[in-house]
Amino acid sequence: MQTPAPNAAPEPAVAEALFEARGLTKVYPMGEVEVRALRGVDLDLFAGEFVVILGPSGSGKSTLLNILGGLDVPTSGRVRFREHDLSAADEQQLTAFRREHVGFVFQFYNLISGLTARENVALVADIALDPLAPQAALDLVGLESRADHYPSQLSGGEQQRVAIARAIVKRPDVLLCDEPTGALDVKTGILVLEALASINRDLRTLTVVITHNATIANMADRVIHLSDGQISSLERNERKLPPRELVW
Amino acid sequence: MRTLNRLLLSDLARMWGQALAICAVLACGVATYTMSATTIRSLEFTYARYYRDYRFADVFVALERAPNRLAARLRGIPGVAAVETRVVRDVILDIPGMREPASCRLVSIPADADSSLNAVHLRVGRLPQPDRRGEVLASEMFAEAHGLRPGDTVTVIMGGRQEELQIVGIGISPEYIYAVQPGQLLPDDRHFGILWMPYRQMAAAFNMEGAFNDAALALRPHASTLDVIARVDGLTRSYGGLGAYTRDDQVSHRRVADEISQLRGMAFVSPTVFLSVAAFLFHLVFSRIVHRRQEEIATLRAFGYRPLEIGTHFLKLLLIMISVGFLLGATAGWYLAGWLVALYGRFFRFPALYDVVAWDGMLIALGLSLLVGLAGGAAAIRQAMRLPPAVAMRPEAPPRYHATLVERLGLTPFLSTVSVMVLRRLERNLRGTLSSVSGMALGVALLVLGSFMEDTINFVIDVQFQQAQRQDVTVTFRETLSPRAQHDVRHLPGVIAVESFRAVPIRLTHGQHSRRVSLMGLAPRPQLFRVLDKRVRPVTIVAGGMTVSEKLAELLGARRGDLLEVTLLEGRRSRHLVPIVEIFRDYTNPGVYMQRQELHRLLREADCLSGAFLQVDPSQLDQFHARLKQTPAAAGVTLKRAALRSFQATIAENLRPMRWMNAAFASIIAFGVIYNCALISLAERSRDLATLRVLGFTRQEVAAVMLGELAVITLAALPLGLPLGYFLSYLATLALDTETHRFPLVVSRATFAYSAVVILAAAGVSASVVRRMIDRLDLIAVLKVKE
Repeated sequence: MQTPAPNAAPEPAVAEALFEARGLTKVYPMGEVEVRALRGVDLDLFAGEFVVILGPSGSGKSTLLNILGGLDVPTSGRVRFREHDLSAADEQQLTAFRREHVGFVFQFYNLISGLTARENVALVADIALDPLAPQAALDLVGLESRADHYPSQLSGGEQQRVAIARAIVKRPDVLLCDEPTGALDVKTGILVLEALASINRDLRTLTVVITHNATIANMADRVIHLSDGQISSLERNERKLPPRELVW
Repeated sequence: MRTLNRLLLSDLARMWGQALAICAVLACGVATYTMSATTIRSLEFTYARYYRDYRFADVFVALERAPNRLAARLRGIPGVAAVETRVVRDVILDIPGMREPASCRLVSIPADADSSLNAVHLRVGRLPQPDRRGEVLASEMFAEAHGLRPGDTVTVIMGGRQEELQIVGIGISPEYIYAVQPGQLLPDDRHFGILWMPYRQMAAAFNMEGAFNDAALALRPHASTLDVIARVDGLTRSYGGLGAYTRDDQVSHRRVADEISQLRGMAFVSPTVFLSVAAFLFHLVFSRIVHRRQEEIATLRAFGYRPLEIGTHFLKLLLIMISVGFLLGATAGWYLAGWLVALYGRFFRFPALYDVVAWDGMLIALGLSLLVGLAGGAAAIRQAMRLPPAVAMRPEAPPRYHATLVERLGLTPFLSTVSVMVLRRLERNLRGTLSSVSGMALGVALLVLGSFMEDTINFVIDVQFQQAQRQDVTVTFRETLSPRAQHDVRHLPGVIAVESFRAVPIRLTHGQHSRRVSLMGLAPRPQLFRVLDKRVRPVTIVAGGMTVSEKLAELLGARRGDLLEVTLLEGRRSRHLVPIVEIFRDYTNPGVYMQRQELHRLLREADCLSGAFLQVDPSQLDQFHARLKQTPAAAGVTLKRAALRSFQATIAENLRPMRWMNAAFASIIAFGVIYNCALISLAERSRDLATLRVLGFTRQEVAAVMLGELAVITLAALPLGLPLGYFLSYLATLALDTETHRFPLVVSRATFAYSAVVILAAAGVSASVVRRMIDRLDLIAVLKVKE
């Protein structure tokens, strides 16, 4: 469904709005040039949603994700997480926000190579207020038998699932995934997406996935198209496909 | 945090080679410092205990002859706790199996030798019996040098007669921890020793019954040394007193104290070098770790780890390395101190050597280690804490490439691609390159520092024993003799040339400074015993004043032209104001000279002699020695060649182990620097190198890229390190400058060459390790890893 006003945010009746972003812009230097990564983005994200952000390279997806995740602050504009104003937060407050509310999944997994799968997960459980048991998180992504393996002993898909277990072990309010299947083949990618879908379904975690793979959009509640630092369109899927039905 | 701790162990396991290399360099610094501190503490404790247990005196005075009743008056001086009077005589000794004569000092011991001042510690045998004639106790080093044991005999000329003495025991005394013949540089145990003989026997032999010619006084705590000395001088003046002096002027104590002060000076130079290199390595490695771990740090930060938690993680890593380095160093320092103390025990004899750990020195070393580690690692840790997570997650901005010097100079067409790669990287990573070069340069400098002493000492030997002292033999007379004696000496077999001298003990005073020295009267242009200037040219002994050693002038705060107060400690005890007319440089006990005739006038005496320098025909040495042994007038004989041999043997024994130790330490530095640089460079460039291999470059060609860098760093370090070593050696000569020894700065080309070769060898070993790592590069894995 195509909405007439691209930047307007739809408001489902029941769900709580976790994020409320208005007029986000981001400019940063990259080598010798200045990159305008975001040019005025308005967006609301709701608890329990599965949102896919689509866009080509350089469209500002990762920048948006970083700002939502408290890794970065906008150059101008405002972003709120519940009652917290993230755009006005200092580094200490952003750290606390990430520590308490956010789980990240990265394209290249970013596992710590010197720690086993279980230890990688425990690393985050150690600092969480009410974490799952690391083993339980690994069970949720179907890796119960690989807990004592080091990243180098795991396949790409397994590594990404460890990364997901690590992201969800703290029971985050929001799970932010940056190209989670970008480095994986189709079959492994689907396993990873299934893990994400089941977490979204079972734990009701707001899950935001950025990708340039349009097929993945079919498993989302809402799809946001980013182009040249702006939201070009926003659509709601009437019917979500289960990951195993996705083909690319 | 538990999981983060596990990560710490895993980090250490991954970088153990690098960590160990840094720990080793830090350990060298800690070891050299704690070694010096512990050795100093052990020696101080050892000699303090020796002095206390064997009642080493505080004030000493030699005189011509005084009745024993003077002892009671000395004892009555306020502040004096005990007085020991004795007879001391220098005599010539004939030892079976030795052609040349030896000199020895006979010292009387009282009947109650156990409770006397300067008591003798018996090693073997027994004390001589007071009423048995011809029994003596020999000093340990002299006995060892000749293999003398209780029961053996030696012949001396006593009171004009040859007498056979039987050694009944072997001992040591706090007065002669370091026994050196008057006027000599270093002990020569074969040609000079101490024999202790019961007072009764000695008094009989030297016609000193009821009298003494030497006294030692122990003072009460807080007694005024100056007052006591003034009173002792007053009481002994009419008995030919030569002026009382304190431990500071006592030869043995002075030497031990100087040695400790030299150790103290050296305790700073080497550790400073090691600790600077360690700081540099900490900086190098931690910057690199943080750089390589950017993504991991960013991930941790993304999940909400606080900057402080990240900082603590790296701080722990740093502290573990510091602790390991410190513990290794402290253990090595403690062990080396034991070895060094034992080495000292061969030159300085004590009843027992104590190894006393200098805990304060250990604490200082720990503090320095922490300081060095933190100084090196702090910037990197701060960087890790401040790393903005979003920036770290983004791919690194491409480096801003610009034309390097190679291009600007238009050299590219003349160089191979590999050479261009090497030079470009060195220039683009200029800070890293410069710090690696500095680290290596410090290694080179340390080698120069560790080796220059041999050059310096060879120079001193050459100046002192070849150019200044051209005599073969120095004979000192028992008492001053008329000029006829020179004639007599001239007719000893084999004597080619004779030059006589007059020596008088004096006290020199300038303002508040005062020194007790021997003033020598020489011919204006002596040929055998010459005084030399800085450029090793002979100095004429000018009339109208004194020619004074530079060191003595410095100690007295005097310059050329200043008037010094000269108190003659012999004869009339008169005081005179005499100007300094010339200053010269010498390297051992500072000397002061004047024209002999002028000295006679000062003493208001006729022409007379204290001794003579002789040049002897080598082919007639045996006959010469045989006659000398029977010359009652001779109190002491010094043979230059023997003194030189002994000097060289001592130096070799002392310096060689030190030199090896320094070479080992410098190699550790070189290895530490090269290995770390190589590892870091390899990590940064493994992708480039693997690409070259995939493109068909051979292992040698790929290795050339890496090894070329190391070679440039090493070669650039040499021209920096050698002058730096020269400068550090200069600092060392300042630290080693004492009253008894001064060391001119002399560094030979051989030393520079040796330092360069050792560093090149150490770099070669490191390079071969790097080469093996390059050979093992996993091509496919390297290329698959994302950048």
